Amino acid sequence: MDLRPTADQRALQAGTRELLTRCFGRDRLREAVEAPALDRALWRELGAAGLFALRLPEADGGVGLGLPDAVLVFEEAGRALLPGPLVAGELLAGVVPGVATGERVAGLCDAGRGGEVLWEHPGDCDELILLEDGTDAHGRAFWNAPDWPVLEPVRSIDPLTPLARVTSYPRRAPRSLDVPRLRREAALLTAALQLGSAARTVEMAVEHARRREQFGVRIGSFQAVKHLCAEMLIRVEMARSAVYAASLTAKSLPVVVAKVLADEAAVRNARDCLQVHGGMGFTWEADVHLHLKRAWLRVEQWQSGGKAEEALAEALLTGHDGE
Amino acid sequence: MDLAYAPEEEEFRARLREWLAKTLPDLPARPDPLDWPGRRAYDLGWQRRLYDAGYGAVHWDASPTVRLIFLEETERAGAPYVGANFVGLLHAGPTIAAEGTDEQRARWLPPVVRGDEVWCQGFSEPEAGSDLAALRTRAVRDGDEYVVTGQKIWTSHAEIADWCELLVRTDPEAPRHRGISWLAMPMDAPGITVRPLRTLAGPAEFAEVFLDGVRVPVANRVGAEHDGWRVTMVTLSFERGTAFVGEVVACRRTLGELARAARANGRWDDPVLRRRLGRLNAEFTALWRLIQRNVGAARDAGGVPDAGGSVFKLRYSQVRQELYDAAAEVLGPSGALDADQRWTADRLSSLSYTIAAGTSQIQRDIIAERILGLPKGR
Ligand SMILES: Cc1cc2nc3c(=O)[nH]c(=O)nc-3n(C[C@H](O)[C@H](O)[C@H](O)COP(=O)(O)OP(=O)(O)OC[C@H]3O[C@@H](n4cnc5c(N)ncnc54)[C@H](O)[C@@H]3O)c2cc1C
Repeated sequence: MDLRPTADQRALQAGTRELLTRCFGRDRLREAVEAPALDRALWRELGAAGLFALRLPEADGGVGLGLPDAVLVFEEAGRALLPGPLVAGELLAGVVPGVATGERVAGLCDAGRGGEVLWEHPGDCDELILLEDGTDAHGRAFWNAPDWPVLEPVRSIDPLTPLARVTSYPRRAPRSLDVPRLRREAALLTAALQLGSAARTVEMAVEHARRREQFGVRIGSFQAVKHLCAEMLIRVEMARSAVYAASLTAKSLPVVVAKVLADEAAVRNARDCLQVHGGMGFTWEADVHLHLKRAWLRVEQWQSGGKAEEALAEALLTGHDGE
Repeated sequence: MDLAYAPEEEEFRARLREWLAKTLPDLPARPDPLDWPGRRAYDLGWQRRLYDAGYGAVHWDASPTVRLIFLEETERAGAPYVGANFVGLLHAGPTIAAEGTDEQRARWLPPVVRGDEVWCQGFSEPEAGSDLAALRTRAVRDGDEYVVTGQKIWTSHAEIADWCELLVRTDPEAPRHRGISWLAMPMDAPGITVRPLRTLAGPAEFAEVFLDGVRVPVANRVGAEHDGWRVTMVTLSFERGTAFVGEVVACRRTLGELARAARANGRWDDPVLRRRLGRLNAEFTALWRLIQRNVGAARDAGGVPDAGGSVFKLRYSQVRQELYDAAAEVLGPSGALDADQRWTADRLSSLSYTIAAGTSQIQRDIIAERILGLPKGR
């Protein structure tokens, strides 16, 4: 039993960080803020590096790794604020042709029981898969051409993630996909992105607190600032423990735990990071708001607060501890 | 990353589980919390049974993973809490195992393991709590002995202890952290007066200890003279890093009981309460996973937990208080105000968790300075 990444997994993480620094560094990030359409060349580069084919068997041209490895890679993507339908890319590689290599871009939306459906990067997707709850509780998946659904524009709060509201769509071309598994894994990978963002905002806060001086000393020597940073780290450590453990069992309850705690860590850490940055934190130029806006967006994706907490409460009655 | 335990660890778990199932049904009734001699006898009796079954020294002879399994399984089975043996088994013992000489290990560890002797912790003083290095209790060398004079406070279980892990100032001229030594003091030595203090939970759990010319052999010093601060850090890392592990299992069980009680008395219909319990479920699940991650780090560090223990201790102490606040809500107004209700005593005692073993403010300082590398200061 060891919940820490192995040497191979640490190497995978370091390699991913290096790749993302190279192909999606700070300049590239700020360019994307101004022009948020998906960068197809970047997407192909990520595909070529194996980012989407991580879990495809080697025989099918994939990397042949598992969910824990994917989680570590997604943590890095979250750190780097990498935009795009990443979760869809990872889950639909091997399902939708061309997605694994980054040649084609797929979207994945949860239509649930007819609630509101938000679609990220609607203008950039070549395919769209919609998940719906069925009578048998297992759910159904539909494959739609992206121009079939009826959309309402949404001015996305996250400048890096264009959004549209799907108001209706034809239920055509049903697909035999394991919908509960897709939902679980989408929530887990989203939690991993949140974790990476939460970890990054602690670093940003600490870097700033060690540099910025007020009253003749570095603000990091003020206990009020220290304690904000310490609480940020605790949120990361709690979320990380939950996310890593959930990646090993891939069961639904541990995934809910992971999503709930990672959502909290990402949102609250971004807010605290903004606070530590003072007026600078409130500017468009600082990256803090990008983390907070993306974190808010991800909170609404896959397993949201109220329902997730209800599921966790229900589990207490049945005695399922999810292990 | 993996969650699988090694085959020998699983064997250990299975053997322990079987033994617990066989042993627990015929345990004697638990003593009244106010009956100190009774509590001592009960806790030592339980330790003796563990010893006879080969589990006595598990807290320092076993790997961190086996220790974890031990704490998990005993708590899960509802075995008695370490109780009076807390200091001896969970931090004085491990400290002597890590820092003591062979002779010291031979003198002090077997009686703890066999359930013959109880230890207490004499660190805090009236003027030295969070600022432990401000301690003033003096130890003056006189031949082969130290003559100790001063006062300790908040000393848990002092009334029934045989030994005290005592911090004293051996060099008053040296900088604060450099003149401290770590002694094992026999509690029956002349010159010791113990005055119990009542806690807000009712019974006396801790005491004031007055030391007036108490003679302690120099041979009872663990670690070098004036090097007690370093030894203390080892003790504290055990105290924060591993000592509360079993209790997380107990809290998870309590949480399940709360949910069932809420369902039985109708409070479950309140969605706000339900969501609160659901969130606590997430917190305790993650705390358990955090412990499992910390175990890996402790294994790499030769068994001594690192500052990650502060991360755990800080969040755990908060969440434990939230758990019993939720319990009060489940009980309803009259239940929550009834001191005889089952969760009320636990609610009261949980109030100490953010203070004892280093306050939450101190833990945040440790995390900010030692883990995040923020500058020292105020
Ligand atoms: C139930 C219980 C059992 C205990 N058992 C033992 C025992 O067996 N042996 C033993 O030696 N001790 C024991 N203690 C003592 C415990 O370790 C101390 O109470 C604790 O370290 C706090 O010290 P203090 O009580 O002097 O409070 P203080 O240090 O006076 O703290 C008062 C308040 O000031 C805050 N504060 C202090 N310094 C700072 C700072 N630098 N920055 C920010 N805030 C600060 C604290 O967080 C706290 O809120 C026990 C305590 C309790 C409650």
